Amino acid sequence: MTKGIVIVSHVEEIGLGLHKLLQEVAKDVPITVAAGTEDGGIGTSFDKVMAAFSENTADELIAFYDLGSSKMNLEMAIEMHEKEVKMYDASFIEGAYVTAAMLQVDTPIEAIESELNKLKVK
Amino acid sequence: MTFTLENTLTTFDYFIEAIENNKDYLSELDTPIGDGDHGYNMARGVKALQDKLEQEAPETVSDVFKIAALGLMGNIGGASGPLYGTAMLEMSKAAKDTQELLNIIEAGLAGIQKRGKAEAGDKTMVDVWDQIITAIKNNETLDESKIDTMVESTKEMKAKKGRASYLGDRSIGHIDPGSMSSGLFFKSLLKAGAL
Repeated sequence: MTKGIVIVSHVEEIGLGLHKLLQEVAKDVPITVAAGTEDGGIGTSFDKVMAAFSENTADELIAFYDLGSSKMNLEMAIEMHEKEVKMYDASFIEGAYVTAAMLQVDTPIEAIESELNKLKVK
Repeated sequence: MTFTLENTLTTFDYFIEAIENNKDYLSELDTPIGDGDHGYNMARGVKALQDKLEQEAPETVSDVFKIAALGLMGNIGGASGPLYGTAMLEMSKAAKDTQELLNIIEAGLAGIQKRGKAEAGDKTMVDVWDQIITAIKNNETLDESKIDTMVESTKEMKAKKGRASYLGDRSIGHIDPGSMSSGLFFKSLLKAGAL
């Protein structure tokens, strides 16, 4: 089973910027982004989160979010999407970065989770 | 009191109109204690909802709420999207088994609380939904001024959820914008003869 990362942010540039950062340490990890509203404004969009799940080529997804309402959209999408998606309340940038680096070298999910627990901020 | 296809559709017609007419006011309420976009966000959501209702021609009460859920959850942007979206989705599910107004509104509140984890008294939309349910249970006759009183009851509360909670005591003295938009929803129900 391949594992991928989904980034959910209120701002398009933040999402794309984090994607860029992760790619540096995880060139083979599938990463998709749902950032900003449908019309490019600040906020998150349920439809974009669903699309980021579908477009990600991995079978299992690990999702990170920035602020409160993105968590709600993410939770709703996790309930409605057929893919297995885990969401972590870890610090947004550090959590995603550590996960990406560890997925690149096929670290087991348990070891990743234990790192993410140390980064829990929400 | 029960939902029918007709009064549910009429409710949403009034709700769409009410949000449109009050979008500046809702955003104004959101400015001192939030990010000032509640009205514009809601207006974008109800526009999507209106388009979907026209395209899909729903045949049951449950269908109407489902279309409302999908329209609102994807297009609002802020926390209100998932909150209203989940409320409508749970109402859609409940309306498969019953057309009873109380049961359906209770399902909506349960959805809001599942998503947002707020309790009554936290200065959120939960306060209005909760007071409406209590009033229905007590067989009170609801009118616009009673709904206004429910919305205004959030003014003196201190916010414990959402962005306004970061303001602590400074959130006191402002009406909660989500409660105001929920008030508009219940007024729409009232106008449509469902409540």
